This record gives sequence, C-alpha cells and structure tokens, in this order.
Amino acid sequence: MKKIALIITVLCSVPFISQGQTPEQKGLAIAEKADEVDRGFESSQVSLKMILTNKNGQESERLLENKTLELHEDGDKSLIVFNSPRDVEGTATLTFTHKTTSDDQWLYLPSIKRVKRISSDNKSGPFMGSEFAYEDLSSQEVEKYTYKFIKEDNLNGVSALVVERYPVDPKSGYTRQVVWYNKDNYRIEKIDFYDRKNALLKTLDYNGYEQYLGKHWRASQMVMENHQTGKKTRLIFENYAFKTGISDQDFTQNSLVRAGR
Amino acid sequence: MVFMNSNSLKLLCLISIWPAYAWAQEKPYQDFSADVELEERFFFNEGLYEGQKQNYLSIALRPEYFVEWNNGRSSFKMSLFGRYDQHDENRTHADIRELYWRMVRDNKELSVGLKEVFWGVTESAHIVNVINQTDIVESFDGEAKLGQPMVHYSVVKPYGTFDAFVMPYFRTPTFPGENGRLRTPFLIDADDIEFESDMEEFHPDLAFRWSHFFGVFDIGISHFYGTSRQPLIKEGEAFELEFALVNQTGLDLQATTGPVLWKLEAIYNSNGIKDYTALAAGFEYTFGNVSGKGLDIGLLGEYLYDSRDELAFNSLQNDVFTGVRLAFNDMSDSQLLAGAIFDLHEGSRLISVEGSRRFGETWTVELEGRFFKNVSDKEFVHFMRRDSFLRLVVSKYF
Repeated sequence: MKKIALIITVLCSVPFISQGQTPEQKGLAIAEKADEVDRGFESSQVSLKMILTNKNGQESERLLENKTLELHEDGDKSLIVFNSPRDVEGTATLTFTHKTTSDDQWLYLPSIKRVKRISSDNKSGPFMGSEFAYEDLSSQEVEKYTYKFIKEDNLNGVSALVVERYPVDPKSGYTRQVVWYNKDNYRIEKIDFYDRKNALLKTLDYNGYEQYLGKHWRASQMVMENHQTGKKTRLIFENYAFKTGISDQDFTQNSLVRAGR
Repeated sequence: MVFMNSNSLKLLCLISIWPAYAWAQEKPYQDFSADVELEERFFFNEGLYEGQKQNYLSIALRPEYFVEWNNGRSSFKMSLFGRYDQHDENRTHADIRELYWRMVRDNKELSVGLKEVFWGVTESAHIVNVINQTDIVESFDGEAKLGQPMVHYSVVKPYGTFDAFVMPYFRTPTFPGENGRLRTPFLIDADDIEFESDMEEFHPDLAFRWSHFFGVFDIGISHFYGTSRQPLIKEGEAFELEFALVNQTGLDLQATTGPVLWKLEAIYNSNGIKDYTALAAGFEYTFGNVSGKGLDIGLLGEYLYDSRDELAFNSLQNDVFTGVRLAFNDMSDSQLLAGAIFDLHEGSRLISVEGSRRFGETWTVELEGRFFKNVSDKEFVHFMRRDSFLRLVVSKYF
C-alpha cells in the first residue's frame, strides 16, 4: 500500500505536461497551476464600471466597488458596494465563499438599514440585470469544478491550453465551460459557457491584461456576450490595489453596514 | 411652508452639543446626493370622518451628505427628510433621519448622533426592531423611522457582535391630522400622551444586542429598557394611552437552508400595565432564475401572534401573512410584491401590492395598493375600513 501511495505522490508532483496523464488529471493540473500562480495577493480593491447593452444597442451603466480578502484554507471573502444607479446607491453584499459547501451571503439595504442573510442557491441568476451570473463573479475556487484537458490551441496569436470544466454544484446554470488558459502565464483569456441543455449560452473575453506586483495578472476589461439574447455586458476595472492591509475585520456585518454608508 | 415643529426644534437643541471633529491630513472622501419625490395617494372611498379627502398630492425631499477621512476610520453622515402634504397638516413634516459621527478602530465602532438601526428577519411585522420611533404618517408599512439620538458602541468578537446603545432622548411620534386618512375617529396628539417616567422624553433608554452566525443560522438576542416607542393602551372604560417604561427581550433567528429562509422573531415585554408576548414566524422560498429568464419568484408565509389581543395598537394578534415576491432582475430592477394578511379569528383581510421599476438611470416609479376587506369591528383597523388606497410615487435622484 505504501508503495502505491508513494507512486501516486510522485505522479502528482511531476510537471503537468507529462506523459501518462489522463485528460482529467491534466485539466486539474492546469487549473491548480493557474490558482497557484495567482496566490499571495492577500487582498485587493478595485472600482468597477458595468455597462449593460441590450439587443437594440441601448446602454445602461452601474458603478461598483469590490474588496477581496484572499484565504487559503477556505474560499475568499468579498464585499461589493453599488454606487450607481443612485436609487440603489449603498446597497452592498458580503460573501464568504466556501470551497465545497454553499457560500454565506448577506445583503445590506440602505433605505431601511437592514442586513439580510440571503440564499446563495440562486447562483445562476443574473447579477444586477447584467449578463454575468452570480457564479461567474464569485471566487473561482479549484474545488468548484471537475476538469478535462481538451487540446492546445492558438487564440488570436496566443498559445492556449483549452480545458473543459464541469460545475460540481447541481444548482449551477451550466453543464460545462470551455476555458482558454494562456500557456505562458496561466491567465484566462476566454470562456465559453454552455447552458443546462448544453447549448452555447455566453462567451466571456478577457482584454487589456496588466500585471500587478510583478505577479498578478488582471484584465482591465471583461466582455460577456449572450449568444441567445444578443445582450452584452462590459466590465471595466479601474484603480486596482493589492496588499491593502485589509483583514477579516473588514469583512464583518458591521463592515457591510459601513460600506453602505 | 413650515417644516419645523416643536419636536424638531428640541432635537436641534440636542444635537448642538455635537462633538467637534478635526480634519485629518489626507484628502477626505465625500459624497452629496439627494432625491425628490412626487406622490399621489388616491382613496377609493369617501372618508368616515369629517375633513378627510380622497386625493392627496405631496412632495418630499431627501438630501444626504457623507464624508470620511483617516482612511475611512472616521466618518460623518447626515440625511434629512421633509414632506409637504396638500391636505394633511401632520403629514407635512420634517426630520433628521441621520446625523452622526462615527469612529472605527480595528473591531470596534463608536457612533454619536442620530441614527437608524434595524433588527429582525421577518417581512410582515418587525416586532424585535425597537430602537427607532416609527414615522407613522410617512408610510403605511411602518418602515419609515425617525432618527434616534444615541451613543452606539459596537465590537466584533469571534463569539459574536455586541452592540450597546444609550439613548438620551425620546422621539414622540406624529399621528395623522384632522384632514388625514388612515386615522382613528378621535385625533391622537402624541404631546398629550402621558409618560410613565417623570423625566418624560429625557428618560435615558438603554439597549443591548448580541448577534452571531453559525453555519446556516443567524441569531440575535436583544434587550431594551426605556420608554416604549409605541404607546400602550391602558385597560379601562376610556381609550387611554401611555408611553410606558418597558423591559423588552427579543430573539431573532434565521436559518438559511438552500432556497428556503426560516424566520423567527419573538419578544417578551414587561411593563406596568400588562406584560405581553408577541411572535412572528415563517419562511421565504425562492425559485431562482425561473426557466433561465432571470426571474426570481419568492413565496412568503408568516404567522403573527400578539398576546395583547384587542389592547394591541395594531391588528396582528393572530394573523397569517402570505405573499409572492417577483424580482425580474432586468436592467430596470423591476420588482413586485403582492400579499395578504388574514385574521384567523375575525376574518379581516388586508391585501397589499407594491411594485417598482427604474426609468433611465435616475428616475424610479413606485406603485402601492392597500385594500381593506371584511374588517371586523373588533379590530383596530376597523377605524380605517374605508381607507383602501392607491399610491403612485415618481422619484428623481441626483
């Protein structure tokens, strides 16, 4: 038995592009590598502009602030505050992501100063009327999917590793996602989302990557296009800050109320 | 247009003992915003009492100012409110909803000034929520609150959040005026209601709350000692009210299991007139993203109990609330909540519909309907049996 365990350990620790790996092992290895290269940002803060476009080309804009605390034992914690439209200004959400169980989520309603624990079950629903579902924006923990390596590909001149991932949670709105990882630095370049009927639903493109602290790649723009409705949402990220010194104390229900002002 | 009444003046005197704050070196973050609303309330029937009208136009303004400095560790918030009502002189009113200074150090927080605090989990009644006085003339559902002067200290520990409140001044509520609807046949002037405490409005009220969450459970245990926000009805021949001194212990509990929220609120209130208990318990089940169209359908059910029976200043002694909430999750945040409260014993019904959506980026429209059906003469709402109404609100945000 000990020998087998040793062999497994050795097998797992070989670099992922090795012979004899199943596509599943290789897919998981790529996802783990992508997670590993982004480790150590500790915390981040960013301002977001969300531009919603309907099929007639009409646009609508939302402004948000996001704070994230990186955790290793458990999933990340995040705090999102809406600054516009003005009628929902101060609405905020606090999320404790978990790797294998349901996330904990609280909503703050500034008009009546109420903090409400909400169900995180509805992950497939649209976020703020956008083409992003809650699950698209929540912390992408490795454990939330199973993986399968498909092929190497050339995506607009970028060498990419194409991996299919399958959500573990049956409440996900997707049967599968096809992810293009940049072969050099493991950042995600593109994702195709397939709905519950396995039809192509959405495509997410990551544009304008910039590197922070000499390590962490962040897209300055993400564009989600819904192929079934013709609607589109652009997410523009501004003023990224890392290792901002925030801690657990900045992710409490008191912080949630303060964030809503 | 005179917004200030004697209470607002007292309040202004009180806040003039405001702690002076110093600006820090770094550039503070500040935000000014405001909204203006135009409201029309249409009552389907003529009123039972003389002077009541069927159409009430009104306009309201809510300016807000927020500033924070010291990396967000210090902040100051002010939000004001004023309404002018065409007919109801008591509904023409102004209030300082919030005006406070807050300091945050690590896990501790201290606020001084007028604040609004919400406790509780249920939707159809908020029995645990006792800190703020209700702005009775402002909204039918009682969710509009008057700013409460307080010193509020809060600390977050691994075993829960502890909140302590010292409230040096009582906010007297305003009841509808002679030309107002949704009122009793006799006019209630809160300034005529006796206080149990000799100190009257200046009795220092105290409150404490511990809240925490464990896995799927969120729990809060609170205690309030001071002047009851709602006047209590004295037992006797005549209808007599008193702002009694009460000790109220409350529990609020929610279990969030998958798509269902299970909710419980319970209070025990001891006072010099008659001790009472009240309870609100129920659930909220949400079918999320129905057929992939983004629509959320929530079903709500709650049971409401109050041991005071006819001595309660509401009609929720033994009632059931059922409701449906639709959230379209579209660009304009369209929402609809329809519900009914049934009295299990008397058979009275109150049906409610509330809908809202945004137009463009800075306009919202809200429609509210309240319909009284089969109102029993044994219930408090019997006074308002002819007051079914529609309310349309158009708001502009700046």
